[in-house]
Amino acid sequence: MMNEENNDAYWKANIRLTLILLSIWFLVSFVFGILLVDTLNQIQFFGFKLGFWWAQQGSIYVFIILIFTYTVMMQRIDRKFGVSDDDEDDAAKNEEVQ
Amino acid sequence: MDAQTLTYIFVAFTFSVYIGIAIWSRAGTTNEFYVAGGGVPPVLNGMATAADWMSAASFISMAGIIAFAGYDASVYLMGWTGGYVILAMLLAPYLRKFGQFTVPDFIGTRYYSSTARVVAVVCLILISFTYVAGQMRGVGIVFSQFLNIPIFWGVIVGMAIVFVYAVLGGMKGITYTQVAQFCVLMFAYLVPAIFISMLVTGIPIPQIGLGAEVLDGSGLSVLEKLDRTLIDLGFGAYTEGSKSTIDVFAITMALMIGTAGLPHVIVRFFTVPKVSDARKSAGYALLFIALIYTTAPAVGAFARINFIDNVHNAEYADIPAWFQSWENIGLIGWEDKNGDGKIQYAPGAPFQGKPIFSNQRRADGSREITNAATDNTNEVYVDRDIMVLANPEIAALPAWVIALVAAGGLAAALSTAAGLLLVISTAISHDLLKKTFAKGISDKQELFYARVAAATAIGIAGYLGIDPPGFVAQVVAFAFGLAAASLFPAILLGIFDRRMNKEGAITGMLAGLIFSFSYIAFFKFVTPEMNTAEHWWFGISPEGIGSIGAVVNFTLAFVVSRLTPDVPAEVVAMVNNIRIPKGVNKPSMH
Repeated sequence: MMNEENNDAYWKANIRLTLILLSIWFLVSFVFGILLVDTLNQIQFFGFKLGFWWAQQGSIYVFIILIFTYTVMMQRIDRKFGVSDDDEDDAAKNEEVQ
Repeated sequence: MDAQTLTYIFVAFTFSVYIGIAIWSRAGTTNEFYVAGGGVPPVLNGMATAADWMSAASFISMAGIIAFAGYDASVYLMGWTGGYVILAMLLAPYLRKFGQFTVPDFIGTRYYSSTARVVAVVCLILISFTYVAGQMRGVGIVFSQFLNIPIFWGVIVGMAIVFVYAVLGGMKGITYTQVAQFCVLMFAYLVPAIFISMLVTGIPIPQIGLGAEVLDGSGLSVLEKLDRTLIDLGFGAYTEGSKSTIDVFAITMALMIGTAGLPHVIVRFFTVPKVSDARKSAGYALLFIALIYTTAPAVGAFARINFIDNVHNAEYADIPAWFQSWENIGLIGWEDKNGDGKIQYAPGAPFQGKPIFSNQRRADGSREITNAATDNTNEVYVDRDIMVLANPEIAALPAWVIALVAAGGLAAALSTAAGLLLVISTAISHDLLKKTFAKGISDKQELFYARVAAATAIGIAGYLGIDPPGFVAQVVAFAFGLAAASLFPAILLGIFDRRMNKEGAITGMLAGLIFSFSYIAFFKFVTPEMNTAEHWWFGISPEGIGSIGAVVNFTLAFVVSRLTPDVPAEVVAMVNNIRIPKGVNKPSMH
């Protein structure tokens, strides 16, 4: 039972992180790049109209940051709840690196 | 050396590298054939995913679409990158933990039903075939334009190459070939982009050059100059859209969740050793994809400026050679409507319909077009697909850059074609035969059938490339809508909703698929004349309907699952298991 509670708590932490990161994903693309594009276009940003920049450049940069943030944070959460996959077979891992 | 000789050398060299890799990494077991033995390091998988993803359309057409659509093309930029965020957080790690070979495998096992598996196979084949035909066509076009080889022979050579490394090497061969192809196509995309950014703005980084001042002494930034030039010529501003907000929203969403639901992309995450590697490699994949996707808007904007500068109000007699060489193969057309000997560029189609060239030349040397001219002032027809391919010539770059672009276009088309053919053959040999209709076959027999299926699929794809039925080009973009409305919700619910049962999932998939398919078919094929905003539901175009299809799928699946029997206990245990990274297995050998 202990194990099940732990796994449920892990799942909640995972969902929480995922929802936070996905709201940023929604914000930079759908809100900044589409819904508010005309308003943001009033602002100049390094030679770009800001809304246009979000739609064709900025959102993509943020997407990359989001995935790597997710990777790092999830690794921490995995370890905290003792469900990580990284200590399973270090020997095999070393082989793959070579 | 001239560009054509160099192109032959570059193409021959890259092709022999691909073949060499295929021989070195040929597959011996189904496990190697389907998922490369499950031992691909995340960075390499990221590169392979990027090559898999960057199709002939991304490489050849995207910058051209951006050049002519401006802000409206943002749907592709955000849609085809944002999907990776969803993939990384909602699908890839869990599917890797599940640890089987294919997408229908997951759906069939999770929904404890061969019906669900077969429905997933149908969705997969429908999505992948529409997509692969466009790739073979891309191969043919590059061959015919750069090497003067007829499209037929171009496609045959492309088929032979893919045959060698997909049929011999399976996923293992494809993965390592795609790594090499990624390097070729990235180099081929970035080198001319850097050159052109230097020429237009003096800044070598295209992403920054796009916001910089143009070097013509006007003091305007690239985008300001484009906006002004286009408005002067009577176009809309480059940085403002012409589509409605709701349509842009729906198309972007359909492309994003469609990307996350594409089987040939998902399956790449089955090849890494661990769950954490699946997350990482999604990050690397997007990083590598973004190198090209953030460059494309710059290439598009520079190309449009160069095109207008070189062409508008130029005397036909003094036009640069590239204009005539593309005119010779029918992708540029001109008619001197006002008889001043100069080329005028303006909004609207110059001719009624696509130009049809006669074999005659006019007195000034230009090609005669038989279509009636329209009564607007635009005199030039330009196929938007030529922008990336013509860019090095328009900017007068050295011949080796042109050869490099040809090799890059081929790498993009071949890598995507191979990935698609693999998921088609796997779905047939593994899901239809081994798991459904011929359960007794051995690993060896399954591998044999996988190779036969791959060879057959290559044949069909080649036929579609040589002799494409008119609808192929139309439906490629809709592969995303169908993936968004059918596979994506079923996979997502399978992971995140423990109570989702087979009745709900099958109803949802079929409803989403049929709804989107009918909407697209109605506006694109049945009554194309009604394909305008006032007839669309809620103002959503067929390109964006996949997002509504997904909502239909989610809603029906949820309602039906709550009214029908519960999920068996062992399936709940399986879902609990895939939610935890610990205890990941290499895909089973069975």
